[in-house]
Amino acid sequence: MGLSKEQVARYSRQLILPEIGVKGQERLLHSSVLIVGAGGLGSPAALYLAAAGVGTLGIIDEESVALSNLHRQVLYAADDVGRPKSLSAKARLLALNPEVAITAIQARLTASNALAVLQPYDLVLDGSDNVSTRYLVNDACVLLGKPLVYGGVVHLDGQLMAIFPRRSACFRCVFPEPPRPGAIPSCQEAGVIGAAAGVVGSLMAHEALKVILGIGDPLVNRLLVFEGQHSRFREVAVRRNPTCAVCGDAPSITQLAEEQGVCNGAEVPATERGGSATQGGGRHQTSEVRPF
Amino acid sequence: MPVTVRIPTPLQRLTNGQGEVPCEGKTVTELLNNLEQRYPGIKERLCDQSGKLRRFVNVFVNEEDIRFLQGDQTAIKDGDEVSIIPAIAGG
Repeated sequence: MGLSKEQVARYSRQLILPEIGVKGQERLLHSSVLIVGAGGLGSPAALYLAAAGVGTLGIIDEESVALSNLHRQVLYAADDVGRPKSLSAKARLLALNPEVAITAIQARLTASNALAVLQPYDLVLDGSDNVSTRYLVNDACVLLGKPLVYGGVVHLDGQLMAIFPRRSACFRCVFPEPPRPGAIPSCQEAGVIGAAAGVVGSLMAHEALKVILGIGDPLVNRLLVFEGQHSRFREVAVRRNPTCAVCGDAPSITQLAEEQGVCNGAEVPATERGGSATQGGGRHQTSEVRPF
Repeated sequence: MPVTVRIPTPLQRLTNGQGEVPCEGKTVTELLNNLEQRYPGIKERLCDQSGKLRRFVNVFVNEEDIRFLQGDQTAIKDGDEVSIIPAIAGG
């Protein structure tokens, strides 16, 4: 098919990379990525993926833009406060690159819709903000055999890894069980530096591009940890767990169910989370709330 | 030379804000017991009532997950680095 004159100009700085070239660019233009959560991680990731010419981007987020989002969620401007995130994100991304097809899904990812939502995409990027969604995204990607880039950020710290289901460690291999409610802090409780979210979100986009292009050494079986206090990266080795509940050799999870709604801290004040956490009725029932 | 233990941010309030603390022990279990002596309350955050590591807590000895070594009986020697890494869910 070849690239248009405008495409050659727009993507010229990456087209000249031997790792990309016209072939790589065409691959990007024909690829699709679903971004779960258009927040601190999803914002920079979506901007870079749209800018790079990933042909189709899906954005799923149920929230509306709040003023407290703006210090890190760089997709949004002050005018967007109160507007649905997915729609604001779509407008911003189209303004950046009109040739990207954006599907805005203003909804929460749930056990009942996850497979259908994820299915059309080549790769999933998990920038969600709560534990239950992270297990849900991981499990759905394993069941669908879809590559996933996981990333998390809180305080000054972050971590990320890429997952090739059943071929590399999945989120559940590394973290077999969700922590108890309140055991790990949300951004709302612990705070987060916007630039740290930018570091991790940008790296997630970088990994997604590498996976789509099939270049370099993807971050599989390696958990990359960003220690923001020291501005230091460390890497730990992780492995696929043959007894993993979802991607192991005899998985006990063969269909989606939501883990308890733990750490849904974006909506619920910390002091109320014990009560709310038990409402979901997931696999791990407990109302205990305490740090770590 | 003692072992260096890297403490994740949520637990640093138990270690007087320190992200890295020196400690000793021949195994992970010993190390955690010694850590508890110095920073009371920390073991309970990492282990359940029977003393087993909680499943959402990951301990790495020199960047290797102890689940793929000898678990809490993994041997530790002077100069090793032990990292405690919880999942980060925020975004």
